[in-house]
Amino acid sequence: MRTHILVFVALLLTLSGCQLGKEKTPQLTVFAAASLTDAFSELAQAFEAQNPGVDVITNFGGSSQLAAQLSQGAMADVFASANPAQMQAVIATGRIANDGEQPFASNHLTIIVPADNPAAITGLSDLARPGVALILAVPGVPVRAYTDEIVTAMDMPFQQGFYANLVSEEDNVRQVTAKIALGEADAGVVYTSDVTPDIASLVQLVPLSDAQNVTAVYPIAPLIDAPQPELAQAFVAFVRSEAGQAVLSRWGFGPPPGQ
Amino acid sequence: MEGVTAVLALLMALFLIVPLVALVWRTLMLPGDVAMQQGAIVTAVLLSLGSTAVSALLIILLGTPLAYFLARRQFPLKRLVTIFVEIPIVMPPIVAGMALLSAFGRRGLVGIPLSKLGITLSFSFTAVVLAQVFVASPFYIRAVQSRFEAIPRELEQAAAVDGAGRWLYFWHIMLPLSLRAMLVGLILSWARALGEFGATILFAGNLNGRTQTMPLLIYSALERDLRVTFITALLLLGLAFFAFGLTRWLAGLDEEDPDPLASPR
Repeated sequence: MRTHILVFVALLLTLSGCQLGKEKTPQLTVFAAASLTDAFSELAQAFEAQNPGVDVITNFGGSSQLAAQLSQGAMADVFASANPAQMQAVIATGRIANDGEQPFASNHLTIIVPADNPAAITGLSDLARPGVALILAVPGVPVRAYTDEIVTAMDMPFQQGFYANLVSEEDNVRQVTAKIALGEADAGVVYTSDVTPDIASLVQLVPLSDAQNVTAVYPIAPLIDAPQPELAQAFVAFVRSEAGQAVLSRWGFGPPPGQ
Repeated sequence: MEGVTAVLALLMALFLIVPLVALVWRTLMLPGDVAMQQGAIVTAVLLSLGSTAVSALLIILLGTPLAYFLARRQFPLKRLVTIFVEIPIVMPPIVAGMALLSAFGRRGLVGIPLSKLGITLSFSFTAVVLAQVFVASPFYIRAVQSRFEAIPRELEQAAAVDGAGRWLYFWHIMLPLSLRAMLVGLILSWARALGEFGATILFAGNLNGRTQTMPLLIYSALERDLRVTFITALLLLGLAFFAFGLTRWLAGLDEEDPDPLASPR
């Protein structure tokens, strides 16, 4: 029994040790939209290289999911959303200052289809054709909001046909991309930046015309209660700096509007 | 020593109890009314009940013969088959989803020939059922198999002497002796199917009214409407309690009405 207690105490010490260990190297926690996965992973590494001893932890997900986590009290230093609406949702909970958000990137939407384009999709109008299996993000996710914006501009028969073709609503834009890459559905609507080198050979891009497309604007902000307020400010500045913009541009993002 | 044991036991018990109490508490604390979101919940509940009912039926229909063969017959690679039958119990559900996708997806081993026939399984009600049967049937098969194994072979020989064929023997002796084990196995399977999430979201997708079962609704609504999430979670918890209570009640029956196979010795 005595050894049992020793094991138990040792376990507690180990657990608390983990907690202590965390405080030694400053950790910067960044919540970022799923579409930013590649760009922000690279930015995090570059930021760590610039700030020796700093550990950047990234949490990627649908912006709406991240906003929900932040609203529920999740600890983070920085939030980067794929649209202003989800940023506003966090501002509304008081965890981000009213004037805290700054745009840092823009993006556009595209139709993607599996490499062999089984439904022979050539443009937006094909997506309302009966029998096309269409995947979108779940409502609330920014890419879905942008998609709905595009669809609402079309005529009623198109809108009805389009939504009738919907076979699944995914959690975030990268899940949509993944299922199209797997060939499970005929088409999806994602950001142009989502067609990364990793999956470029598995999917085909069917561009939207400029008249159909919309511009996605990505805002970033530090959290008011960030455990690392200075680092949070520094990271936001880094993302918006020339070096940061170069990384974003390499991953297919445009500059924020007006730049 | 007794005191330390008691404290540790209490800690463990509290750890298991507190989250469930907290879930009820959070749900009751939520502001607002759920009336406007009832539609999505009702749709998901109906889909969950419908799909698990079909799954349960398939599990009985196909699982019972397999349990019988595993319990009573010798065949090549039986051990290997047993392992494959049981592996979904410990398999992470998301892996089950990948496996199902690899087999029955549009680009899958079975999916390619099926899609040539114009049959697409992924993102359909069928996919929901397949995911549930895949992860849940082993619980039933295992329970029924071990029950079948417990029935003495002499009974079969005695029945054969009396002229009963295998089918008659199965129907009139094995089945009545195994009803309770089958029911318990089925309830456990059903509860597992009801909670199925990982394989479903990967293989069947997520669309309210088509493939969105209760666990998927919980996940989807988490970022939109917490009330929907918590109320659906509470409903699932209630169903799990009901299922488990039912198995305990069936076990309690054993005491009043002892198992004919256990009593004679």
